[in-house]
Amino acid sequence: MTERVPVLKIGDVLLVSIQVDLEDQMVLDLQEDLSDRIVATGARGVVIDISALEIVDSFVGRMLATIASISRLLGAETVVVGMRPAVAMTLVELGLSLGGVRTALNLEQGLGYLNSARDKQLGVPGFTAGSPDTGAETR
Amino acid sequence: MAGADMAQRLVQLLTDQRDAFVEQWVDTVVRSLRGRITEAELRRELTELYGAVLEALASGGLAPRAEHFAEVRSLLVELSRNRARQGFSPTETAISVFSLKEVLEPVLSGENDDIRAYLQFSRLLDDLGLFTVEEHGRTREEIISVQAEQLLELSTPVVKLWDGVVGVPLVGTLDSARTQVVMEKLLQSLIDSNSTHAIIDITGVPAVDTQVAQHLLKTVVAARMMGAECTISGIRPQIAQTIVTLGIEFGDIPTKATLSDALRHALAQRAAAGQAGGLL
Repeated sequence: MTERVPVLKIGDVLLVSIQVDLEDQMVLDLQEDLSDRIVATGARGVVIDISALEIVDSFVGRMLATIASISRLLGAETVVVGMRPAVAMTLVELGLSLGGVRTALNLEQGLGYLNSARDKQLGVPGFTAGSPDTGAETR
Repeated sequence: MAGADMAQRLVQLLTDQRDAFVEQWVDTVVRSLRGRITEAELRRELTELYGAVLEALASGGLAPRAEHFAEVRSLLVELSRNRARQGFSPTETAISVFSLKEVLEPVLSGENDDIRAYLQFSRLLDDLGLFTVEEHGRTREEIISVQAEQLLELSTPVVKLWDGVVGVPLVGTLDSARTQVVMEKLLQSLIDSNSTHAIIDITGVPAVDTQVAQHLLKTVVAARMMGAECTISGIRPQIAQTIVTLGIEFGDIPTKATLSDALRHALAQRAAAGQAGGLL
């Protein structure tokens, strides 16, 4: 049986910390586990921690983009955190990108970003409901 | 007359008049260097060299690249290195060796054997002189490469401008080696200072062409991959014109005229994202 990447739940965010070099089967398992968990928990954010990875190639890059797309379909935003400087430089030299996946320096900032994104989402309808002109419209 | 005999004869001559020769040699060299080196130091160097040459001749003939000239060569290496560091030209370095010929010339008796020996010896001195020139060049190259490295280190500081905002004031032309250093330092400092914004200030960059723009873009993209926003500031009017004329696209990278504009932009973005360290 192959190793599985653990998916941890913190509030309404799911944390995926990748500690080992990934193989095809692990990636498939991870995608399956993660989408199941997003649906089961109603999570609205996914944080993928790659601070342990020393090499990020096109394979890993594509995996991150795929996971972000899957999560977005299920209503959760993905943030990739903890990329090492050497990894970022290599990706740039190779001309690779992470396909528009949101990144943050570390776990703390990633969670901070997801929180502020949620506040904005929750906050905006609240304000419009409270304001006199649009308030009537929403009722 | 065989080579060994010739060497013997030379050794004889050089030993007999040792003090006189060294004295003249030092005189000639001092004159050519015009007092930029003390006579005492020169005397020490040349006496040592004279002794070494004599010993080498005595022990094994006139082949300058052979084993028994190792001592002479190492003395010459030291001499050329010192000269190169003190800023003497290759000619001024080699003349220390060549002027020994001048010293020997007046003592030629006019006999064929003498002349042949002198020619052999002068060929040896030519070789040794060329050796000093080579060594001089090598030392200069070493100095240049060390300085280039120091320049690289000196000219790429990363400074913290605000909580969560770092700045990179670039000075001088941006080539790929420097881009590499700048990128490394910038990315590391993002992590160390936990910064979400970086400002690259190009006020000190004399010209921006497609190459330089490419390097800037790379740096920005790398910082973004790490999860930090990058702003380019300090674009002077002429540079803005050049950039447009060359058709360089900075895409969605924010660019500002001055560092203060860029800092304001970064702080406003941080405030909007609800991060600490916004405008007070």
